[in-house]
Amino acid sequence: MRKTQAAVIGAGPAGLAAAIEIARAGGSVTVIDENAKPGGQLFKQIHKFFGSRDHRAGVRGIHIGEQLLAETRELNVEILLDSPVYALFADRTVGYIHDGKEGSLKAEKIIIAAGAAENILAFPGSTLPGVMGAGAAQTMINVHRVLPGKKILMIGSGNVGLIVSYQLMQAGADVAALIEAAPRIGGYGVHAAKIRRAGVPIYLSHTVKGVLGTDQVEAVEIVELDSRWQPLAGSEKILAVDTLCLAVGLTPLTELAWLAGCEFAFVPGLGGHVPKHDLNMETTVPGVFIAGDISGVEEASTAMEEGRLAGTACAEALGLLDGPKAGELKAVIRQRLDALRTGPFGEGRRKAKESLIGLSGEGRS
Amino acid sequence: MNNGVKYTGIPSEEELLASPGVPSAERLTQGPVAYIECVQEIPCNPCEEACPFGAIFVGEPITNLPVLKGEACTGCGACIAKCPGLAIFKVHLNYTGTTSLVEFPYEYSPLPRKGDRVPCADRTGDHVTDGRVVSVRNARANDGTAVVGVEVPKAFCLTVRTLCRKEYRRDG
Repeated sequence: MRKTQAAVIGAGPAGLAAAIEIARAGGSVTVIDENAKPGGQLFKQIHKFFGSRDHRAGVRGIHIGEQLLAETRELNVEILLDSPVYALFADRTVGYIHDGKEGSLKAEKIIIAAGAAENILAFPGSTLPGVMGAGAAQTMINVHRVLPGKKILMIGSGNVGLIVSYQLMQAGADVAALIEAAPRIGGYGVHAAKIRRAGVPIYLSHTVKGVLGTDQVEAVEIVELDSRWQPLAGSEKILAVDTLCLAVGLTPLTELAWLAGCEFAFVPGLGGHVPKHDLNMETTVPGVFIAGDISGVEEASTAMEEGRLAGTACAEALGLLDGPKAGELKAVIRQRLDALRTGPFGEGRRKAKESLIGLSGEGRS
Repeated sequence: MNNGVKYTGIPSEEELLASPGVPSAERLTQGPVAYIECVQEIPCNPCEEACPFGAIFVGEPITNLPVLKGEACTGCGACIAKCPGLAIFKVHLNYTGTTSLVEFPYEYSPLPRKGDRVPCADRTGDHVTDGRVVSVRNARANDGTAVVGVEVPKAFCLTVRTLCRKEYRRDG
């Protein structure tokens, strides 16, 4: 059986950042990911990130991914790819499958950074080819260089819906419209402004009534909602599109944390059921940490900072960093996290995270 | 009331006038200047560092709206490609007696070419006038965000914010 000091599950922004911190502190660390390539969602994020210089603001996600991978190479972080993890045992053994064979990795500490999955909506025609998650469309255009359709309707005005609409146009598609069930735009105004000046209308208080088409999406019927979110009869419109993208939120991928026996809380503002964790990102199961979207859906910048926090706390727990040094590093990371959770868009997430941490006791500092 | 950026995706005139990143009417008459259309408190500050003249201030917390110091801004346009939100423009109201110059970030292919006549759009994407491409800056440091300058009739200085991508693609 393989052995390592720390096993990190998920090679996305949170997992890579965590692994880098552990390796930098001198620990042996193995990252396991089910995908063929590391980087998680970073390699489809071709836009420049927000934040400050410390958060690598102004750098495109794809380049941040390259920087993280370069760091993991310099620090000799081991990354096992094509290896879905199927079990976490009580003695902190990680069970995974690689090349059709079972493998196991015994770790002193585990960090779960499994990410999140896109939500779906059910409506007549929702299973027709041409209906897909916005994230899936983003993977097709930016990773695989395949245009999913020529004329798109986007549902959801959060940052994912706004950004993917823009990137679909950059890839050469037309975006016929973006619709949003709420009476206001959810994401950043600057992202909305980019698609508006490209001529994309945004219909608020609208939802999809159904998709028309026999073998694939041929058109989408949308309908306006009243103040009680009920469809307004007679307000239907039919838009001729060949693709319908859903950007209606994400849900944390928590299966492994449930398997590990972590206690959970239901926090709608963070995406649903999330493992309780303390200020060190440690769950209620000692030695099992979490970071990134599994601990509440936020952005890649936040995921990286949480990864650094979990990695630093994990290195401390392994005895690789002494208390004062770890405390100093963690204080700086927490400040950077707070900076991202400020303002009208971040405040709600900050409060949700604080209440979640409150449920787990004060947590060690 | 429901005409702000939260409802339309476009900063309203009131929001722009109230924004500390928008130059004063007086400053607009005094030469090229940055025009920052950032009206929501989002955690972001690369514009502050991008300015070589210290003309943009964000400070702490980084959710503060960027403040443009009109007297310090030289209108160099270095901030345009550095804004992750593509929300900074440069305007030169009195470019000639009858025309203004508007520079905007542009991340679509193909890029226009200097000298092209292009259809220009306002913040809703509507074709409002035609302009002449005066410059296309796409230095390595821009990291893929080209900065396009178009000369437009003076009346459109504060309305033109991009070119009509689809029409240009068809014509170009």
